[in-house]
Amino acid sequence: MSVGDHTTPEDLLANAKSLRWQLGGDFNEKLMEAIYADAANIAERSVTRPGEKPRFDLDRTIDRVVTSRLWGFPLMILLFALVFWITIVGANIPSAWLSNILIGTIYPWLNEMAFAIGLPWWLSGILIDGMYLATAWVLSVMLPPMAIFFPLFTLLEDFGYLPRVAFNLDNIFRKTGAHGKQSLSMMMGFGCNAAGMISTRIIDSPRERLIAMITNNFALCNGRWPTQILIATIFIGALFPAYIAGFVSALAVVGIAVLGVLFTFLISWGLSRSVLKGEVSTFSLELPPYRPPRILQTIYTSVIDRTLFVLWRAVVFALPAGAVIWLIANVQIAGTSIAEYMINFLNPLGVLIGLNGVILVAYIVAIPANEIVMPTVLMLTVLVTGIGGVGEGAGVMFELDSASDTLAVFSAGGWTLLTAVNLMLFSLVHNPCSTTIYTIWKETRSARWTAVSALLPVGMGLALCFVVAQVWRIFAAAP
Amino acid sequence: MTKQTSQNITSACETCPVHNAANLLKLGVDMEDWDFVVALAGNPNTGKSTVFNALTGLRQHTGNWPGKTVTRAEGGFEYGGQRYKLVDLPGTYSLLATSLDEEVARDFILFGQPDVTLVVVDATRLERNLNLVLQVLEITERAVVCLNLMDEALRHKIQIDHRRLARDLGVPVVPTAARQHEGLDELLQVVSEVATGQTYCKPHRIQNEPTELKLAISQLVTQIESLYPNLPNARWVALRLLDDDKNIIEAVRKGELGELSQAAPEDAGHDLDLKLETA
Repeated sequence: MSVGDHTTPEDLLANAKSLRWQLGGDFNEKLMEAIYADAANIAERSVTRPGEKPRFDLDRTIDRVVTSRLWGFPLMILLFALVFWITIVGANIPSAWLSNILIGTIYPWLNEMAFAIGLPWWLSGILIDGMYLATAWVLSVMLPPMAIFFPLFTLLEDFGYLPRVAFNLDNIFRKTGAHGKQSLSMMMGFGCNAAGMISTRIIDSPRERLIAMITNNFALCNGRWPTQILIATIFIGALFPAYIAGFVSALAVVGIAVLGVLFTFLISWGLSRSVLKGEVSTFSLELPPYRPPRILQTIYTSVIDRTLFVLWRAVVFALPAGAVIWLIANVQIAGTSIAEYMINFLNPLGVLIGLNGVILVAYIVAIPANEIVMPTVLMLTVLVTGIGGVGEGAGVMFELDSASDTLAVFSAGGWTLLTAVNLMLFSLVHNPCSTTIYTIWKETRSARWTAVSALLPVGMGLALCFVVAQVWRIFAAAP
Repeated sequence: MTKQTSQNITSACETCPVHNAANLLKLGVDMEDWDFVVALAGNPNTGKSTVFNALTGLRQHTGNWPGKTVTRAEGGFEYGGQRYKLVDLPGTYSLLATSLDEEVARDFILFGQPDVTLVVVDATRLERNLNLVLQVLEITERAVVCLNLMDEALRHKIQIDHRRLARDLGVPVVPTAARQHEGLDELLQVVSEVATGQTYCKPHRIQNEPTELKLAISQLVTQIESLYPNLPNARWVALRLLDDDKNIIEAVRKGELGELSQAAPEDAGHDLDLKLETA
């Protein structure tokens, strides 16, 4: 038998004949049997006849629960609350540990080294007190929650739960006049808004895509989760006894995230009834089968892809930001530092809307990356209050081993529960980071829509904080 | 998205599937310059002709008895700016046996090289209908299953998890009730997605094939592929040779197999018509 380049039709026929003899006459029947067996098997899996109990299908059973009208939303909130609770409770110990090493041990050592080699005070100030401390703070505060949160979130994704969340939300999105696929781009936004912007490419209609882009910012991104978690832990969890504090903090964070989803609906609804009128497209959303998550692989990829990626970004922005913070805190004009000028200028507005000048300055400094809002706020608070013992001088970020130390700084800065609540709200509703704004421009090539996406949330955030502050003060003043 | 398109928001409907469905143009027998060819296959009496008429606007005679369509009927429609030629094949239970109508159906799917093969199945007799579906999936990559007569299934309280079915078959499954015109919009959308390659099919292949058969097939496939590199489905030809199919053996001997595979769809169609007449 020659199977090669010089096969002729006659070779083929001869070979077929000999194989036919080897196989015997019944191979066709065997083939038919195989087809019939497969057909019966497939039919049995998908058909339910009257009087028969539906064949137990784990996927279908899980879907029936997690996408049910009654249980879908409560389960969703509970599941996310659980994820945050694990994050909040689990992050405390490694956070304190990292801060001990980076700030308690390495920081004094670096200062000694700088002194020993005779660095000028301003250079060691920018390098060590500015850049190093900003980075160390970002590392010790952000790395542990990210290293817990991202793998958990990725496990949910891997398991196949996120498309079910999209399924639950799809109906509401369509009622608001937006595309159901917006629920998917929103899910991406919970990781990173810039990625969320790119993921809106799955929406064909330009009208619905613009709605998805403008509202994507209301999905809390990586850079903002740590702010939410920290403030919720310090101010809201602290109001409750220790044994439920962690859970209450988690619920507060979920509450803010849910509020973000509500804003997404509200703004989508408003846009699709005003400037972006039009028909709603239909689409079919395929729910993929559930898969047992591959735990080790998930942890590995989420650490490499997400945790380190976000951390790297935070560090890249923290380095120059640390230098800028140190500079505006130390360069003085007529005896007052630039930072103080800025804070004093913005303070009346800040106080009016239940925040303060420090927070507003921090949000300006942190336009490149939301990740460095909290380090900046802490540093500037110490600067203006001049509390001793924690900071070592103007523009020096400091060691805060425990939540209660941080609380002490905030109290000295005149913070109240209102400040904390409004900071959480403002963190949810303010301008997107510069990367996201740039992505919007790249995707739309429209200065108008980029401006709308950037300015609408800031305006909303300021208004929201103002209203909350006024209502709060009325109730606080009442006996 | 460019600035220009963002100003065209009022015409966003054009990208919307619903808009397209409303704009189904039934072209009847006017079938010049089609973009895609869709073959319509299925067991007898599954409503294949009803689907055909609903899509083309033709009034091909339909009847509630098996085997009504013995030759191919052709019609056209336009959907989403693309023109489709729809070829209604004779209803058959299988593609393996050698009756004339089965041969017409199977030769067209094989050598007519349709862009999509739409298999209409009777939802109330799924298991029997799946035998044909699995055989179609053996010889073509791009197929869509139209799960027809869902209204009857509902009346008999038969539930079908079409998502599960689609997952098992590896091709899209669209539930329809063609007589009530239900589900045809989705069907068109899915067919166009498969035709344009937006949806990629990964058809189910027969599982429990005997090992010696597998070996024999792979030997023949190697030879067939070296002889006729452009043949769409060498595996099926190998099976026919093993089964002592006189027509195929004759085609190999005369060297017609290669010509058949290179022929344009309409030419293959003429060949089949001739065969039908001379048979």
